[in-house]
Parts: sequence; structure tokens; C-alpha cells
Amino acid sequence: MSAAAAQERGSPAVEGAPLLRLEAITKRFPGVLALDRVDFDLRPGEVHVLFGENGAGKSTLISIAAGALRPDAGRIAIRGKPIQLHSVHHARSLGISAVFQEFSLVPQMTVEENLFLGAEATRSGLLNKRELHRRAEAILARLGFPLRPRQQVGFLARAEQQMVEIAKAFRSELSVLILDEPTASLTERETDQLFRLIEQVKRDGAGVIYITHRISEIRRIGDRITVLRDGRYVATVPADTAEEELVRLMTGRVIEQIFPQIAFSPGRTVLEIEHLSTADRAVSDVSLTVRAGEIVGLGGLVGSGKSEVARACFGLLPLAGGRVTFEGAEVTGASSRQMLERGFFYVPPDRRSEGLVMMRSVRENTTLASLDLAEFSSGPWLKRAAERQAAQRLAERLNLQPPRIEREVDHFSGGNQQKVLLAKSLTREVRLFAFDEPTVGVDVGTRVAIYQFIKELCEGGAAILLISSDLPEILHLTHRVYVMYRGTLRAELTGAAINQETVLGHFFAREAA
Amino acid sequence: MTQAGTERDVNAASASVSPALRFLQVAFVRLGVLPFLLLIAIVVFTLLSDNFLTQRNLLNVARQSTYLIMVSMGQMFALLTGGFDLSVGTTLAITSVVGATAMVAASVAMPDVVPLAIAIGLLAGFAVGLSIGIVNGIGVALLNVSPFMMTLGMASIGFGIALYMTGGVPVYGMPPAFADVFGFGSWLGIPAPVYVTAALILLLYLLVNWTRLGRYFYAVGGNVKAARLSGINTRLTLFTAYVLCGGMASISGLLLTARLETGEANIGASMPLESIAACVIAGVSLRGGVGRVENVVLGALFIGLIQNGMNLARIESYLQTVVIGVLLILAVVADQLRLRYMTGARD
Repeated sequence: MSAAAAQERGSPAVEGAPLLRLEAITKRFPGVLALDRVDFDLRPGEVHVLFGENGAGKSTLISIAAGALRPDAGRIAIRGKPIQLHSVHHARSLGISAVFQEFSLVPQMTVEENLFLGAEATRSGLLNKRELHRRAEAILARLGFPLRPRQQVGFLARAEQQMVEIAKAFRSELSVLILDEPTASLTERETDQLFRLIEQVKRDGAGVIYITHRISEIRRIGDRITVLRDGRYVATVPADTAEEELVRLMTGRVIEQIFPQIAFSPGRTVLEIEHLSTADRAVSDVSLTVRAGEIVGLGGLVGSGKSEVARACFGLLPLAGGRVTFEGAEVTGASSRQMLERGFFYVPPDRRSEGLVMMRSVRENTTLASLDLAEFSSGPWLKRAAERQAAQRLAERLNLQPPRIEREVDHFSGGNQQKVLLAKSLTREVRLFAFDEPTVGVDVGTRVAIYQFIKELCEGGAAILLISSDLPEILHLTHRVYVMYRGTLRAELTGAAINQETVLGHFFAREAA
Repeated sequence: MTQAGTERDVNAASASVSPALRFLQVAFVRLGVLPFLLLIAIVVFTLLSDNFLTQRNLLNVARQSTYLIMVSMGQMFALLTGGFDLSVGTTLAITSVVGATAMVAASVAMPDVVPLAIAIGLLAGFAVGLSIGIVNGIGVALLNVSPFMMTLGMASIGFGIALYMTGGVPVYGMPPAFADVFGFGSWLGIPAPVYVTAALILLLYLLVNWTRLGRYFYAVGGNVKAARLSGINTRLTLFTAYVLCGGMASISGLLLTARLETGEANIGASMPLESIAACVIAGVSLRGGVGRVENVVLGALFIGLIQNGMNLARIESYLQTVVIGVLLILAVVADQLRLRYMTGARD
């Protein structure tokens, strides 16, 4: 280790060389070729976006760049000097810091303890807590994050935890910053903050490797884009490349439009909520209706209570008041089981924590909510042949890749996991689908598939409640929109009123006043 | 430097693939550590003792292992749901004491109807064992007590009661027919406990793989939130897991009582460790949601095999507990290694 470090210092940096160059990187996992001779380079002062579908190899590539994984073949060079990255710690000592989607924070510790974990300042062998506190404050102030250094991380919101994770990268000299979908859980304002920060990093001459699925972010901060597909390098293009072209490079096919045209034919009222309030006050006095054959959007900021409305109807939150009517029958306070039996299916936002049993097979997950049906069981006994056929059929219908229904869900890419989650809702007769953030963390290809899926359900006569923080989704897919703000209903919009300004205006409604 | 060097060597080795090594690696990821351990154990003990690989001895291993197999299968349900049961030993003990006491009392009261006395004893023992499972289930599923504290507390309570009832003295005086049938009986050369165990294995295999309830154990242990959103009664499922565990330990306790011909408060002390070890070696995840009945049976048989082999090789019993502990830890390490290979297979 020390010999290697000395050697690194010994050989001079090559002038004009890229900050970081990955050449012909190959990474093989048992049974999978995750990366096949992929090239990538990062120049000083640029944001280089990695673009590709889930499973394309982006995560593996940045894990190698961050020292978390070692390539089976290929070369890594920093400022022209060949190097082997031994560990995340080693990479960090060379100025390469990564913020992964999965956080490495200790929930029981404070913000400042987490910031300097593994690099604590000491004075004669003891922790120099005052110095740590001072430095933590300095970093947070520089980044403009509204965090208190002595807050316990476990009590922070996800967005705030992410700030801590980002701040960790700034605790030492930074030359390469790797961000893996950093805005997925950030609000608009926090995103602006992050982008200002990235600008600053660029001015300091560092480089940023940035993974995102959002075209708008590429436009805002990207300089170059490298597209990966199935573990192979496809192309490196400038950031102003047309969206259609990017989608073509990424998926290998042309997609005319991301959002489908949906023929709405609103019929009878399926769900009617009157003056609903939850015991925890996340929802207060909300009334809305959803009819068959329409998609009703439920928009609002993170934490506005839009998700809780559906959860309360689905028997997941204790109610404090109000009435819920489903298909003409009062179901106020009914359990999840009862709602499922009546034909209400709630698709949760976080497939990992709530949606799927990750270590079980696709087949088992697909039918889990429907094992009570005569199709899948008689008495206590399972009909496994019928189950297998149903799972196979749905896997084909949703184009699961690879179509192996006995494989554990955990071993699929995010987009394909999302397909399994959707498949779950197709195993029984459902009259109302509540999709809660159905496209979080999925690539454009899967996104299109999901929209098509929702379209077919709607045109097939189902009622759909689409809960989303993704504005374009709300704008382009819905027939009517309700906007929530701090637990209350702010507006109901139809037709031409469903446009960016009006909806966004209600998102933030009275916050300024 | 040296560490980095060896890591590179390992990578280079796995990349340049000797096919045999590659096959071993895939087999390890697929099957887990148990087949390898079994193979090694059989080879080692066959070399150490001529008597090991004989039909008589293997039948002996099967009979000796039945008690642990039953407890381990019960333990598996607790583990599947993401918990564990430390009170299985106590359940064995209290079943034995209560069953024996009831049987003695019944046979004194009506010496002419021995089968009835035996049935009363069996029922009493089974009921008390089951009730430990029920209390565990109520604590874990309804009151949200952590399985660790709940079952540890019950272990202490049950053991205390068993000792208190007997004053630490074994309960004698059960009808000899009880031991003759359930302890030493055999049919077609196969001991009675083996039949009972075989029936239970089949029953639980069906329960786990072919019923809704069985599926729900995996779902609740794998992701309790997803299970709840799928309309599963998660509390009832958890509760049932502990009741099943108590029931299995109880049946094991009754058969062991028949074998020992006395009701004893201090049987089963090693059961919590050994049953969890059997499950973990068999690839049951301590995080819940993963595990197979047939593997658990093999895991328990493996531990029986090890103990038998060490006995034949004249290894002291104190040292045997050391070996079991080492194997348990090795199995967990191997499980971690396997997990790393598997997560590596993702994007």
C-alpha cells in the first residue's frame, strides 16, 4: 500500500490527460457479463452523464470508478497515470468520491459524526470534537445545506440524508465526484441547490460523473453523455443531443413519443372519498372521486399527503373521520384484505421496502396478493401449476427481461422489478388501480412500457388514481388532476387547466404568502 | 500491498477459470455450503473409524437425529419469519416433565387402561408445549416484543417451572409400553421415531410448499410491509410460526421422553443452539424469507452425523460442543460469502 502510494507520487501527471480514464473495462459476475470492454473518460471541469437503461451497467461502472469493485480486465488512469483502485477508501484518498443511491450512513449517529466517519480529527489520540463540529459547520455552510451538525441522521428525511451523503464527498480535496441519481428524492429547491453546487465543483476544475434518467437534468448540467446498453459502450455525444436520438441510442429503437394518447371514457364513480382525515393528520378533510375509464392525477410535493390519501383508503392508516365509498358500498376503515377483495389495488412507490419480497421468486411475488382466489388455491392448498402459468403469462405480457420467473426478484434490474410489481396487480380482478409514483427510478424504456400498461388498463374500463411527484407524468397522462398541499386538497383541475403553470402554482400555493 | 496483491491474484484466478474451480463456485452459490460439509464429514469420519459407514451406524444416526430434526423444522418457521425461538429447549423439558407426570398420575388412577393413560400423558405434554408456542406467538406477533427477548424470557419461565415441578428429580413410573412403542419400538427394522419424523417432514414439506400459509411465512419474513399490502394477515402468520415451532419441539420432547423412560427437566439444553445451527448450515437466512424444509432436515442430520462420528472417533463431548460452535460460525461466514457472490450478479 505505502509502496504503491509512493509510486503514485513518483510518476508525474501527464499534461492534458483526462482526469479519469477507464479503458476496456470488463466486469464479469457469476453468469453475467456486466461490462464488456467499456471506455469512459472524464475531463476536468465537466459533467459527464452516464445514460442507459437499468441493467446497462452504469452502476457497475461507477462502482469500479469509485473503487468499490475491481474490474476483471481493463485499465484505469488518473491524470494519465495508470492506477489500481484497491478500495473506496483508497479512491477517496485520490480525490474520487461517490454518492450512491444506497446510503452509507449510520442512523444512530449525528450528521457531523457521519460526515467524518473514518477520518475523524484527533488530538493526542482522543477525538477532537470541537474541531469536527467546526469543520462540519464549514462544509454544510459552503454547500448551503440546511442541516444542523448535531442532528441524528436517523430522524432526517431521505432528501436530508442524501445531503449528508453528498457533504461527505466534500470533506477532503475533490477531483472526481460521482453522483448516482442524486435528485430522485430531492424537491425542486433542493435540486437547484445541488446544481449550483455542481457548477461550483466544475469551476474548481473537478469532474462530475452523473447518472440520471431525466432528460431535463442532462440539459441543465450535462456537458457530454456516454450511453451504455447491455454492458457495452454505445456512444459519447454532446449534452444537447435530441431526446429521440438519446432514447434511440439507449434502447436501440425509436420511440415516437413517451406519453401515449389515451381515450378517456369516464363512466360510473368507483371511488368516492368524502371529508377524509387520518389520525396522524397527514390528510385532513379531503374529498375526491375517481370514475371508471379515467385517470385521475393526484399531485403535490413530497410530504403533501397525496400518498396517504390512497393508503388511508387501502386500510393502511387509521382514520379520524370521513367516508369512503367503493363501487357504491361504504368501506370506511376497511382492511387491505377487504379492499383487495372488492377490487382496489394499491401499488406502492418503493418496490424494495414495500412492494416486493426481494429474496423470493418472480412467480411467488406475482401471485402473492391473489393466492386466496380459486384460480390459485383450493382450501389451504396452492395450485402451483396454475400459478406458474399465470406468472409466465404476465412475465411475457410485461416483457420481463430475462423472462425467468423462478429467479429471485433481487437479481433483476430496477425496471424489471417494477414490472413484477405491476404484474402483481394483474392477477386478480381490479376495478381501481392506485399507482403511487409508478416510474421512480426506472429508465425511459420501462417508463414507456408502464405508461402503455396504464393506458391499456384505463381503456379497458378500469379506474386509475395516479399519484405522482413527476409533473410531466401528471400533465400528460391524466384526465383530471387533484393537487394536494400540506394534507389538504388545493385544487381540482380538468381539461386545459392541466398545464404546468397552473399545477405547479398549486403545488406551492400559499407557501410564499 | 500484500493484501491488494492477493486480492488481485484471486481475481485473476477466477477470471482465468479453471473449469473445476468454476464449477465448484457455481455449485456453492446454487446449493450453499451444506453439501460440501456433508461430503467432507463423511470422508473424514470414514477414514477415522471403520464403523462409521455401516448400515447399522447410519440407521443409528437417523434415529438419534430425529429429535433434532423435528425441533429444527419448527425452528425454521421462526427463522423464516425473520425471528428465532430460543425457548425450544425449555419446550422440550416442560413437555417431558408435564407429559411424564400426567402419564404417571393417569396410570396410577387407572392401571387397567394403559393406552388411555399414555394418550393423556401425550396430550398433556403436547398441550403445555404448544402453549409455550402460543405465548411466544402472542408476545411476538401481537405485543411486538422482539423474538429474542420473548423467547429468552419464555426459556427462563419454562425451565423454572419444569424444575419447580420436579424439584430437579426425574419423573419415573411411566407405563413401560410407552417407552417400548415410542422410544424403542421398530417396524421392518426402522425405529418408531423415524416414522414419526418422516411423517412430519412430509407434512411440513406440503405445508411450506403447497399451501397458502406456507407461502405467507416466506412473504412475511421476506418483507412484512409488502406482505401486508398484499392483504396477508401478517400477525396471524407470525403467530402461527411460533405455535408450529412450539408444537414441533413438543412432539420431539415426548419422543425423547419415551426414549429416556423418564420425564426430565434438563433435556434439550443444547437444542436452541443446535436447531439454529442446523437451519443456518442448511441455508435458512437469519434475515428471514429463505429456507427449505428438506435442507433443514439435511442440516440436522449433518449435526447428528458429526456428533456420531466424533463419538466413534472418541472425541470428548466437551470438545464436540466446540466443534458445533465452530461449524455454526463457519456456516454463517460461508453464507455471507455466498451472498456476496450473488449480489455481485446484479447490475
